[in-house]
Amino acid sequence: MAAQPTLNIRRLWLPLSLLLAVLIGAGAVRAVHAALQIEITSGVRDPIPIAIVPFAPAPPDDGGLDVAGVVQHDLEGSGRFKALPRERMPASPARADAVTAADWKAAGSDYVVVGRLTAHGNGMLAVDFDLVNTLTGVRLATQRFTGTPAALRNAAHKVSDAIYQKIVGVRGAFATRVAYVSVDGSPPTQHYQLIVADADGENPHLILESRFPIMSPAWSPDGQWLAYVSFESKLSGVYVQLVRTGERRLVSARAGINGAPAWSPDGRKLALTLGGSNGNPDIYVLDLTSQSLTRITDDPAIDTEPEWAPDGRTLYFTSDRAGSPQIYQISSGGGGRPRRITFEGNYNARPRVSADGTELAMVTLEGTNYRIAVQDLASGALRVLSRGRLDESPSFAPNGATLIYSQREGARGALATISVDGLTGLRLKAQQGVICDPAWGPFGT
Amino acid sequence: MTQQRHMYRLVTLLLLAATLTVGGCGSKPPKPSSTAPTETNAGASAEGANATNAAGAALGSQEEVGGPQAGLLANRIVYFDFDSAVIKGQGVDVVAAHAKYLAGNPQARVRLEGNTDERGSREYNIGLGDRRAQAVRRSLLLQGVSEGQLTIVSYGEERPADPGHDEAAWAKNRRVEIVYLTPAGQPAAQPKP
Repeated sequence: MAAQPTLNIRRLWLPLSLLLAVLIGAGAVRAVHAALQIEITSGVRDPIPIAIVPFAPAPPDDGGLDVAGVVQHDLEGSGRFKALPRERMPASPARADAVTAADWKAAGSDYVVVGRLTAHGNGMLAVDFDLVNTLTGVRLATQRFTGTPAALRNAAHKVSDAIYQKIVGVRGAFATRVAYVSVDGSPPTQHYQLIVADADGENPHLILESRFPIMSPAWSPDGQWLAYVSFESKLSGVYVQLVRTGERRLVSARAGINGAPAWSPDGRKLALTLGGSNGNPDIYVLDLTSQSLTRITDDPAIDTEPEWAPDGRTLYFTSDRAGSPQIYQISSGGGGRPRRITFEGNYNARPRVSADGTELAMVTLEGTNYRIAVQDLASGALRVLSRGRLDESPSFAPNGATLIYSQREGARGALATISVDGLTGLRLKAQQGVICDPAWGPFGT
Repeated sequence: MTQQRHMYRLVTLLLLAATLTVGGCGSKPPKPSSTAPTETNAGASAEGANATNAAGAALGSQEEVGGPQAGLLANRIVYFDFDSAVIKGQGVDVVAAHAKYLAGNPQARVRLEGNTDERGSREYNIGLGDRRAQAVRRSLLLQGVSEGQLTIVSYGEERPADPGHDEAAWAKNRRVEIVYLTPAGQPAAQPKP
């Protein structure tokens, strides 16, 4: 099953010919008929001015990618940077020692990024970049990434990560991936796809397609596997699938609900929701090696949406045991008593915890609107971040700085990001149909 | 106050796609290409042979059939109020009609499909849809239907009957569908959690 996907975002300035070349090279010309639109919905008041000079190429085989363009797209997409247009650049240096800092300062840039591609033997490419402070002339960072031409886009995202970390002080999450579900049509002719793409929506790969619902993709901690729910048998089943090869395994198809899989931090277990033939969904932990099942909750309420704390000792989950959905915490070993975590309002569901364990994202009902909120777990303070009407499925970036979630605009479903400080956000929108259920993958290696 | 606002224009690849189907995010992927890099061959299809697994084999006998059509039996949908799993109004009569039929035809089998409107969290809605399906199941059991005749599934908000986004659409989506299955053979037992 080949699976060259269909979603593509390109900056307008990217030459169409290059685009065509990339697509033809990827065998993706046929049936490419949808594109995600990306737009920045909010940014900081004073974005950092930066110049990203086109990288010197390494003919003949340099992957045909505008590395500086990808870096610029990443940094501007973060809402924290504003890039100098290329036509206003005073020069085209490829190394730090060729940068005349005062010229770039005069052009309005606080920083300038220069770089070059070089053939590295055996068909490998090296990407080198330097980051220069234009006020002091000091080279702040210099780094080399090597890989195949096909991995050049990933290398470009790693350049973005390094620049972001140096200037903003937080590890960038550009060289990461996002899994999401797309839905087209209405029953009985629904078409579901599970897709994995780069965090900027590019480079999408089809993981699974079905005429029946696909839900709740969840990344293994090493980023190699996805767990998800598929109704392909018309009943629910939880599967795990190796992203690289497509190899997959059915891990739960019990009577009733099989849902909401979540990998333990050590990657050995799945927390999931099982309903049993008599209903009453509860949380269980499935050991993926031994197949042994441990019951975690036992309550006539709906208990679902388990999420591991980073230390693996506890699980957060949604329960309506108090009459409305709220979030609770319980030991992941079984036999514990849950502790209620959320108290504001009468709808808090779908917990997701930040990598450092300090913040909990959730869906909260604000008036008649379902929105994404983050609770500081130490103080209990809840802050609503999103402004939509039907926002769902928050998922933290691995650096904890940004959340991705799904939103509705009329009949359209889109993905959106929002920084946890609420200052920056962007939207990834399909032309038609619905995209939903995003899951932000872990840092790559 | 200069809130940064960039609209990234996109090169819509519609130009390239003569073989359009209606769809956006759910658009069909390209067919396998002999030139496609191996890494792109990672997809799986839930259709056909790839779906052969424990669940698929066990459920192979559960083909949908027309089922009885006389009177109220033609009505297969039970509707619910917001955040409620209480069978009400005509739903009571619909369930009673199917209960009578199923009790009198012990070889007949149905799948009870619970559904919700689109509001709120997806997996929590699976729970709500399940609660509705369980309400219908309990009512059928109380009226003499046997356990082996019934299968439960909740699709939550995933399979709306009405794709709209207002209360009128939502009211149509908060439902349990009674789907008749082929009476031949027995469903394979599935392990209970």
